[in-house]
Amino acid sequence: MTRRQIHLAAHFPGVNNTTVWTDPSAGSQIDFSSFEHFARTAERGFFDYLFLAEGLRLREHRRQLHDLDVAGRPNTLAILTALAAVTEHIGLVGTLNTTFNEPYELARQLGTLDLLSNGRAGWNAVTSSDAFHGANFRRGGYLDHADRYVRAAEFAALSKALWSSWRDDAIEADAETGEFLRADAIERVRHESRLFDVDAVFDVPRSPQGRPAIVQAGDSPDGRDFATQHADVIFSLHTAFDDAQQFYRDVKGRLAANGRDEDSLKILPAATFVLGDTADEARERSREIALAQVRPQTAITYLEQIWNRDLSGYDADGPLPDVEPDTGVETAQGFAGRHAAIRARVGQLREQAVAENLSIRELVIRLTATHTFVGTPEHVASEIDRYVQERATDGFTVVGHVTPHGLDEFTDKVVPLLQERGSYRRSYDEGATLHDLLGLPPVPANAGAR
Amino acid sequence: MPDRIHLAVALDGAGWHPAAWREPTARPTELTSAAYWRALARTADGAGLVLATIEDALSLGGRSFEPDAETRRDRARGRLDAVLLASFLAPATRRIGLVPTATTTHPEPFHLATGLQTLDHVSGGRAGVRLVAGSTAQERRNFGRRTDGPAGLPASGRVEDDPALLAAFREAGEVADVIRRLADSWEDDAIVRDLDSGKFLDRERVHNVEFEGEFFSITGASIVPRSPQGQPLITALAHQTVPYRFAAEHADLVFVTPADATAVGGILGDLDGGDDLRVFADLLVLVEDSRAEAEAVWARLQERAPLTTDARVVVGTAADVVDEIRALAAAGVDGVRLRPARLPADLDAIADRVVPAAAAAGILLPDDGSPTLRERLGLPRLASRYARQEVGA
Repeated sequence: MTRRQIHLAAHFPGVNNTTVWTDPSAGSQIDFSSFEHFARTAERGFFDYLFLAEGLRLREHRRQLHDLDVAGRPNTLAILTALAAVTEHIGLVGTLNTTFNEPYELARQLGTLDLLSNGRAGWNAVTSSDAFHGANFRRGGYLDHADRYVRAAEFAALSKALWSSWRDDAIEADAETGEFLRADAIERVRHESRLFDVDAVFDVPRSPQGRPAIVQAGDSPDGRDFATQHADVIFSLHTAFDDAQQFYRDVKGRLAANGRDEDSLKILPAATFVLGDTADEARERSREIALAQVRPQTAITYLEQIWNRDLSGYDADGPLPDVEPDTGVETAQGFAGRHAAIRARVGQLREQAVAENLSIRELVIRLTATHTFVGTPEHVASEIDRYVQERATDGFTVVGHVTPHGLDEFTDKVVPLLQERGSYRRSYDEGATLHDLLGLPPVPANAGAR
Repeated sequence: MPDRIHLAVALDGAGWHPAAWREPTARPTELTSAAYWRALARTADGAGLVLATIEDALSLGGRSFEPDAETRRDRARGRLDAVLLASFLAPATRRIGLVPTATTTHPEPFHLATGLQTLDHVSGGRAGVRLVAGSTAQERRNFGRRTDGPAGLPASGRVEDDPALLAAFREAGEVADVIRRLADSWEDDAIVRDLDSGKFLDRERVHNVEFEGEFFSITGASIVPRSPQGQPLITALAHQTVPYRFAAEHADLVFVTPADATAVGGILGDLDGGDDLRVFADLLVLVEDSRAEAEAVWARLQERAPLTTDARVVVGTAADVVDEIRALAAAGVDGVRLRPARLPADLDAIADRVVPAAAAAGILLPDDGSPTLRERLGLPRLASRYARQEVGA
């Protein structure tokens, strides 16, 4: 029996405390050469796709720009399209918000990426409703929280309608008769609802992929519903084996109700890794990396975002603050929700710190800098394979901690072992689309407009 | 010594003539392919042209106000987003400025600004944009967000006689303004990576733009650190008073459409752009080895689909085109943007015959090796306005 095949995505390390800019090998987070190196490495490792997050506003902390972590990044779509020019096989997936874009424009931008990359485009559709990010957009912070996924689902449905509105053979280009387009080449797309009133004629031809692959990352019930209805991939955070298996069963179990089979949705949780020649060496490196990811000031800042207070007087190596959180106003970063939720969260953190005897810094390391796979390349490869063979995931979204070389070691040392196990591709098929790489069913062609 | 100027090219689909896709040299099934655009960009880059513009619009029928623009089947249709296409072409080219078209009515100014900054990073300082004000009715239906907007030029033909068009130009001015503000929002040396203090960023050198306009507001700084040019090159096409005013106020470079060289003086007077506005004259060109051949091709094209154009048309040999360029140069423009009637045929002719002939005639500014598009055009790299404010404080 053939082994289940592992799917890997490569996440470009970006704006968060886990990207270690203090590492001597850390390069530019913005120069194209960094992105090019990362993309070429991922392609050398036969990854399904590389993945870029999105920036809509610089992070702030207590009303000032957050200055401890990497800040600044390129526009997601523009960098992915530039990368299409220097890669041949790898999928190109970016996070793009459904709240601060319009379907016609985003669909034509993703359609452009899909055509220029010969069918390698993907879209991580995320939602937002907060006024902090909204302050940079025409729409502002207008969207009611409850409408986030309503808009996202309609946005995705409308985008799919636009992408399928061109027949595959729409362009006839008969110089003799003068007919460029066939009759019924393009279907008009009408969508009228409380949130949209669109009567569109799409202007981007259909790509070899049919449409970009859709990735979903939210974990709420609404997010899971959106994913089982619209997504091709889920970028989850469920990495502990039992939890991952449970999530996998839950989500895959929901597909049949949407008329979909198990293979039509891939689950690729985020995974970090630290390698060593021995298990001890890997553990030691993991510890060093965690300390670089969570410096004392980072730990205090992290808690300040939850407490919504100045905690600079506290020692990061000491116990958690004894003051209560300020729940008077919501913080801008989305860490805080309703007041009770903040207090509950603080209570939970205190309990954990006491139970495990953790300092502030150790607690924040547990929360943000615990590495998924730590060990020899053999160990990491066998763990990744186990998750996939035992249906806890379909693979992983690998996240390195240094730009741009953070993927080199994984590619050189772990990938060959996955190949030896017979669970991972040894080459790309010529002309494979991202749908093909992910092993998704093909997108049905639009046989003809009504 | 003759006046020396720059040459640029305007890329659009199968060329500027609506029947161009039916010519035997055309590649009508490839107009949205990577290979087609890569080849065009490399030809233009190899020819030493200072910049290439890429047309765009947010509807199938382009910017046409014709009621059947979305349904007619005899025109080349299908487009790529120009800002992204320029990003794709950046790694494939070395010297040429990349100037995509962007509509100012519908897109989010923040996305547009960061897209252009990214193009500037990816291209090593060769990014520009041509801003287009206003929207067509079908563009508005595609977006479904705004029902108000211009219905076309008013009967007088003057922008100032239509309040909706005037509003569109004010909105375009706001977009130009925030593109520059967001580009300035990071000072050059804002990323400090200071191991001692543990700070990646000097927050004193990154500035929220706090822009409040008539049409939109933007609060924060850009997400993109300052790019090689500081600000992308902002350009516009202008034919009359209101667009001239827009260009003089907001653009670094304006494309104008003199009926002939003698009309240039009047346009320059009306523009009143100052020393830091570059003026390029547009010429639509069809080039063959002989004038008779060129005229035969033109007649065939016109019979199939008559061209109506805003720009002067030159149908003839490379020498004919060079004569026109020489006359425009003598009349005082800084450059000429050639609109190839057919792609790739007339772009190939520009690269193989027009540019060498113009260079031999001594009317081309040679590439002096300046690293960025702004510098090639003799435009200064501006310091961040926010940095200047602090110095003055």
